[in-house]
Amino acid sequence: MNAKLQLKNLTKSYGKTTVCNGIDLEIEQGQMVCLIGASGAGKSSLLRCINLLEDIEEGEILLDGVDISTPGFDPQKVRSRIGMVFQSFNLFPHMTALDNAMLAPRRVLGKTRAQIRPEIEELFHKFGLADRMHQFPNQLSGGQQQRVAIVRALAMRPEVMLFDEITSALDPQLVGEVLDVLLMLKNQGMTMVLATHEMAFAREAADVVCFLKDGQIVEQGPPSQIFEAPKQNATQSFLARALK
Amino acid sequence: MRSTRYKKTNRRQAYEAKRRRRSNIIAAISTAIAAAFLYILVPLTPGWSKVKLSFFNWDVLVKTFPKLLDAFLLNVMIFAWSAPLIAILGLLIALARNTQSPALFPLRIFGATFTDVFRGVPVILTVYLIGFGIPGLGLPRPWNSPYIWGTLALVLTYSAYVAEIFRSGIESVHKSQRAAALSLGLSERQAMRDVILPQAIRNVVPSQMNMLIALQKDVSLLSFIGPVEIFRQAGVFKSLMANFTPYVGAALIFLVVTIPSTRYADYLMARQMRARE
Ligand SMILES: Nc1ncnc2c1ncn2[C@@H]1O[C@H](COP(=O)(O)OP(=O)(O)O)[C@@H](O)[C@H]1O
Ligand SMILES: [Mg+2]
Repeated sequence: MNAKLQLKNLTKSYGKTTVCNGIDLEIEQGQMVCLIGASGAGKSSLLRCINLLEDIEEGEILLDGVDISTPGFDPQKVRSRIGMVFQSFNLFPHMTALDNAMLAPRRVLGKTRAQIRPEIEELFHKFGLADRMHQFPNQLSGGQQQRVAIVRALAMRPEVMLFDEITSALDPQLVGEVLDVLLMLKNQGMTMVLATHEMAFAREAADVVCFLKDGQIVEQGPPSQIFEAPKQNATQSFLARALK
Repeated sequence: MRSTRYKKTNRRQAYEAKRRRRSNIIAAISTAIAAAFLYILVPLTPGWSKVKLSFFNWDVLVKTFPKLLDAFLLNVMIFAWSAPLIAILGLLIALARNTQSPALFPLRIFGATFTDVFRGVPVILTVYLIGFGIPGLGLPRPWNSPYIWGTLALVLTYSAYVAEIFRSGIESVHKSQRAAALSLGLSERQAMRDVILPQAIRNVVPSQMNMLIALQKDVSLLSFIGPVEIFRQAGVFKSLMANFTPYVGAALIFLVVTIPSTRYADYLMARQMRARE
């Protein structure tokens, strides 16, 4: 059986700096993969490559066995199947939360407001945002904003979700509500890749943890292996610092 | 607990109101002293009596003011049809300069050249060159009208400035907004139209207000190629009556329009600064 998402020798550089250096990774349907590693390790770059926000130089990105990284492949098609949430500045500040979530289904899928509204309102209800739908982003807390950003991505009914340190810019007391949403998604069987600094969360919730350094996956495996018995020195010293 | 807090705010407000009153009184007194000095000193200058007669002649002002107002209506009209054209052309130039695709390189070059040229030449020169040059080709009526070519000169010049302001507005929108839009599956064009432009335009409203104020004044430059707008009308009166007061009248009319709009632009700017903090 094919993996849902498969990266083969994915390589990307900005000028002389190679930010993704021969990444190999297989993600099964419904798995949660956590990318950990120091700042600058290449986690964001990897996620941006998967969503075709960056062109890659070498390698393949297979979604359901189809290489989506071939030049000429329509990136819009791919992006409407793969959702992404960023660290910050996600929401469009000139639209209400509901309009944020309705924009892409309207523009990309050509649906009318009336057609999609019930479904999207249900998402808001499900994620505890029912009373926030008609507010503008600046009227929401950081945690609520990130949850709306997740709802907005889900409105496109993606098959895979990418999360780039979505709790890093939040006050500590708001992190929990966002991580809870990720757990809900996992329980519903969403395939997810997330870059994170939340080691406790990765340890508890991830199916696979990848430790990245200098654009390479130094070590990958189930959280029990990575956190309890890391084989590589680099992983050990990173975790020693991160878990302190 | 609650009531004591209210009391405290009340006392603070009372204190601040008192301080404001005090500084207002001081400001009023010092202004009065300055005005008195001017009022006493200026008439002591050797040429004052002559200047007073030829620049501040009440009878001349009263006689010419209604006609000046009529002429100002022409300024307002030229302004009214130029401004939307400038907004549209300025936005198009900004978008042209902002395109990414290699195939559109000529468009970017055109945009850059356009802004460089029309920002680099004094407005009056552009008005002269286009306003006299093109009708000089011997075009039939109405295509020799100075209104058309004068308007074109203003539109070209102001579009160049307005385009640069729009462009700075587009650049002021955080890069993540584009990424967020694209990651949802929107095309570049949709991202620009639905996500980036609405924010960019809102960010530059105060700066564009200032351009509108400048335009309102520069409409007078068209007087050099024909239209009898307020400046030209004042000139006609000056020759007729051998008196400069009509110019003062024209200036007053401009100020009535420009001072409130300048204040409003400043207010918008200040409000935006506060929102950014
Ligand atoms: N647009 C860019 N241009 C040049 N270098 C970049 C760019 N984006 C990221 N980098 C570099 O790529 C490396 C990896 O960055 P990033 O993927 O953001 O790492 P992480 O998300 O793990 O912190 C860093 O050295 C960073 O400086
Ligand atoms: Mg990052």
